[in-house]
Amino acid sequence: MTKPEIPGTYLFGIEDSRQGFALNSFCASLTSVDDRKRFLDDEAAYLGRYELTAEQRQAVLDRDWVTMLDLGGSIFYVYKLAMVDGKSMQYLGGVFTGMTTEEFQAALEAGGRHFG
Amino acid sequence: MAEVTWGLTTSHVPSIGAAMDRDRTEDPYWKPLFDGYRPAREWMAEHTPDVIILIYNDHANAIPLAIVPTFAVGTAARFQVADEVWGTRPVTDVIGHPALAAHLVESLVDDEFDITVAHQLEVDHGLTVPLSVYCPTPGDAWPAPVIPIVVNVIQYPQPTAARCYALGKALGRAIRSYPEHLKVAVFGTGGMSHQLAGERAGLINEEFDRMFLAKIQDDPQSLADLSREEYVREAGSEGIEMIMWLIMRGAMDDEITRIAETYHVPASNTAAALALFENRA
Ligand SMILES: [Fe+2]
Repeated sequence: MTKPEIPGTYLFGIEDSRQGFALNSFCASLTSVDDRKRFLDDEAAYLGRYELTAEQRQAVLDRDWVTMLDLGGSIFYVYKLAMVDGKSMQYLGGVFTGMTTEEFQAALEAGGRHFG
Repeated sequence: MAEVTWGLTTSHVPSIGAAMDRDRTEDPYWKPLFDGYRPAREWMAEHTPDVIILIYNDHANAIPLAIVPTFAVGTAARFQVADEVWGTRPVTDVIGHPALAAHLVESLVDDEFDITVAHQLEVDHGLTVPLSVYCPTPGDAWPAPVIPIVVNVIQYPQPTAARCYALGKALGRAIRSYPEHLKVAVFGTGGMSHQLAGERAGLINEEFDRMFLAKIQDDPQSLADLSREEYVREAGSEGIEMIMWLIMRGAMDDEITRIAETYHVPASNTAAALALFENRA
């Protein structure tokens, strides 16, 4: 069975993981206290350790969260980068849905967003 | 002979753990959820098991990208708590049960479930939050040793719901074939409906969740019959975690008794639920 397509939804699969392997590996490295510090000291130099594509590298530097996911980032890995920046999953939810963090949180507190 | 005495299904949202770690459970945002836990917690405190088998998924914290096991059993004597960037949860390390874990692996592989053996495993919020939901103040040690069973739910193809239910049945057979007399509690964790990324981020589907909460007790086969696509479409890309509840359900008898249940929206981006079942008609 091939991977289903569900609008507005990422279903992180084998091809995504292959494409995003270096990007996700970079994000995974941020769980180490020492590597977090090295990254924050010099982002561009630290990214040089990983074989990111030019687009992936730019998306990280720009904190372009949607592009990171489009280029094979897994939300669970990309979220680690967001946490290094002090951003929450609700902040990312706002970015993905065109809302402010407060609007996104309010939508959740009102029972969540409904589809179909 | 070992036996399953009770089963717990619970969400494992990281912020639920953070609310406990930071003493926020009386805040207006969190109080309804934690009030809902109380009857289950009181019952569980009076029914301490000898071993807990805890089914969960790792969230890119301990299982590397390089190899993604579909099902893995943790056979170590001790499991360290993982650092998840915001820091390690201030909870005690988890003690394993290597003898029962090894028996489970042997029995499951003989039963044609070719699972991965995790000799070393750090455990993330997927495992520690359910333990805190069960026992908020464990002191120096959790009430019982824990055998982690890790399921891949974050990379497609996840195992089917039907396979999870079948694994649960094999797990039940494996537990019952262990010669020592042990009371075993089985935890199925994750869910309920939620989606973290994409334009549907923030999805909640209470109707699907309520259906699932009812049928996990009296019609689990209908839940096992749902496709991955149906889980993701209805419950969100991360709501598919609910397939792990079916592993717990499969390990229990056909007829079980509901002790407690609670459902609350939201716990950060997630519909949070708990259901507690005793393994008797
Ligand atoms: Fe999870």
